[in-house]
Parts: sequence; structure tokens; C-alpha cells
Amino acid sequence: MATPVKVYGPPMSTAVSRVLACLLEKDVNFQLIPVDMSKGEHKKPDYLKIQPFGQVPSFQDESISLFESRAICRYVLEKYANQGNKRLYSTNPLEKASIEQWVEAEGQSFNPPSSALVFQLAFAPRMKLKQDMGVIKQSEEKLNKVLDVYEQRLGESRFLAGDEFTLADLSHLPNTQYLVSVTDKGEMFTKRKNVGRWWSEISGRDSWKKVVDLQKPQPPKSA
Amino acid sequence: MVVKLYGPDFAAGKRVLVCLIEKEVEFETVPIDIIKGQNKDPDFLNLQPFGVIPVIQDGDYTLFESRAIIRYYAEKYKSQGTDLLGKSIEERGAVEQWLEVEAQNYHPAIYTLAMEILFARKKGTPSDAKAIEESEKKLGKVLDIYEERLSKRKYLAGDFFSLADLSHLPLTKYLADMGKMYLIEERKHVKAWWNDISNRPSWKKVSSSRWPVLE
Repeated sequence: MATPVKVYGPPMSTAVSRVLACLLEKDVNFQLIPVDMSKGEHKKPDYLKIQPFGQVPSFQDESISLFESRAICRYVLEKYANQGNKRLYSTNPLEKASIEQWVEAEGQSFNPPSSALVFQLAFAPRMKLKQDMGVIKQSEEKLNKVLDVYEQRLGESRFLAGDEFTLADLSHLPNTQYLVSVTDKGEMFTKRKNVGRWWSEISGRDSWKKVVDLQKPQPPKSA
Repeated sequence: MVVKLYGPDFAAGKRVLVCLIEKEVEFETVPIDIIKGQNKDPDFLNLQPFGVIPVIQDGDYTLFESRAIIRYYAEKYKSQGTDLLGKSIEERGAVEQWLEVEAQNYHPAIYTLAMEILFARKKGTPSDAKAIEESEKKLGKVLDIYEERLSKRKYLAGDFFSLADLSHLPLTKYLADMGKMYLIEERKHVKAWWNDISNRPSWKKVSSSRWPVLE
């Protein structure tokens, strides 16, 4: 059996959970290595050696160390192309390009406003930081415009890149999960007919349910 | 069939142009004036529903997001022109990592600077001094990491020029127009890297054409 790959970072991190979802879809065994961000572990020299920007996740297998969650996902999809869900990516260049188009749309248009809202509404209160109402308002406006485009697109096709669930849809799971489950902004997704349908479908996948489970506080291990 | 590139004169459009030239792919360009808001016309929104540039048409096929476009052409034409993806899955992994670093860490900071300094000047709108200060600080921290990396490797992903380096060309050029090239020049290895990649014939060709934001 292959040595488990290593993923560094807490599963509650949106970027870490993006990688976990991908590994679970591809049936790749992994070892989750904790990084205690509340104690600043991610900014300490030992961690900076593997991720110089001091961000999570970081990834290691027997041939490579990598960071940036979307890069890790792409690497996993290439390296483990022949196992697990083979439809997350494509060997057909045009299909693959369409998937990349929507992964980039997630990274460049969806992620900035949605991750700002996740931070302001889900994490700032936990960290006892003051919320910035201006950022919340601006981010909500931007995200609404982006979701209008998604509403139109998802009226034309079942998933973002076509008829199959791909890396493009997977990439949206982490931020949306927080917005829908722990903030009052979930309506932005559920009130839009096509986006709501899409969210139900992608978040109902077994792999994502497992990730959500991993994000829950784990019971202490008995001796 | 010739690739049609809409909106080439602006930074992200130039990212695609450099790639097409490196890959020896024939193209034609269609200007889209974003100062005049042509990117919000219904005709353009049919091609690119987010109303941003660039977008390409290749026969019946339409594709947007410059980093998706460059990945597509780098793969499709892997065996011609410059190899921009590396020779193994691991080298490709390194390329993807640094291309994501550009997209997620480098781009937001330098884009804010360009918008607040150059675009605001062009449009005659007020610029946000705090955003400028914060973005310059962020960019400096990113470049410190690049300095360390480039002291060990000639290019970001390894010893070969790749999409990861290419992706930095368009917006970094704007640092000169903002009088902030010292960010590059004060860092020895970053400076050497920038001199190398910005002297590539493909970039010289692309950067010598109009930069409409500044006119």
C-alpha cells in the first residue's frame, strides 16, 4: 500500500479543506499533520522552511513538497489520474481548459469576496477581532455580482465546466460551506435557484461530508 | 485557424500574448476599450460573462481567464516553441505552485497599486493612500521570499523559464510607470531574474506596443 501523503494544516482552514476534498475524491490516503495557528506555528522557522509564505496547507509525497491548495489539487489529479474519481479533470484539452477557466474564476473572482466574508463573519468573532463593516458590505456586493454570473451559467449546465462534477466545482466548496452553515449570508446561494441546486448537489457528495466531519472538533483520543 | 484575442492591450491580455508568441501560435487581436466600458457591452458579456479581459476565440471555442488560457496553449502546443510546463509531473507541480503564488500572493498586491496609482490617475478618481501603503508592504514581503528562492534557482519553478515566470511580466512592467522599480532593483536575485525574463524577445515585442492606461 502506498505511503500516505502528508497534508500540513488544520482542516478548518478553507485551503486545507480544498486539498482534503480532492484527496478523498481520488482515494489517496493521507496523514493530516496539525499546525497550531492560534500559537503562531505557521510563522515559525520550522514551518517556514516548507511554506515560506507562512500559509496552510503544505503537502508532501515521496517525490515532491508543494504548497498553494489549487496547485496541490492539480498535482494530485495528474499524479493519481488512474484512481478514484477520474472525471475531476480531463485528458481532453478543451474539456480541461473549461475546467481551468472556472478554477481560475473561483480563484480570481469568487475567492476574494467570499473569503473576506468568511474571515469577517466566521473567524473574526472566534478570534475576538473587530469586524470591518465596510469590507463586509463591499464583499457582499462583489459576491452578489459574481453569483449572478454563476446563476446564469448554472442554468446552462449542471456543473460549472459541463455535465460532470470537476475540480472547478470542488474548489468552491470550502468558502461556501462556511457562508451557508455559520453566517447569515447563506441566502446568497440558496435563494438563487440554479446556484442553490448546484450547492445542494456538490455539498451532498460523500467526500465533502467527510471533510465537514474532519472540521468538527475531534474528541480527545483515549489513552 | 487563427486564435482571436479580445482586449490584448491591458495587462492580463499581455500575459496571453507573450505565451502565444513563446508557443509560436498565430493570433489576431481585437481591442476592447475598458476605459470606455466596452467590456460591459452585451456583445462582450456574451463572450466573457464577468465583463473582464481577456477572452479568446479559437474557432467555435471560447475561453476566458488569462491563466487558464496560457495553461491551455502551453499544453496544446507542448511540442513547439518554448516548453513552459517542465518535463515531468513534479516539474509541472512546481510550475503550478509558483503560478498560484503569482495569482494569489503577487497579483493582488501589485494590481491594487496599479489601480490606485495609474488607473485612478487615468480616470481622474481619488486614490486610497492606505491601500497603496499596505499593498507596497505586502509586495515587498512577497519579493523577499522570491529573493530567497531565486538565490537557489535561476527561475521560480526551477532552472527553466516557465508559465510561472511569464505570468509576472505584465503587471511588473507597471512598477516602472509608478516609479517603484526599486522594489525589484534593490533585490539582487529578483533584479537578475527580472532582467532575464523581461529581455526575452516575446516580451520585448509585447511590451513595445501601446499601454493605453498611461496615455
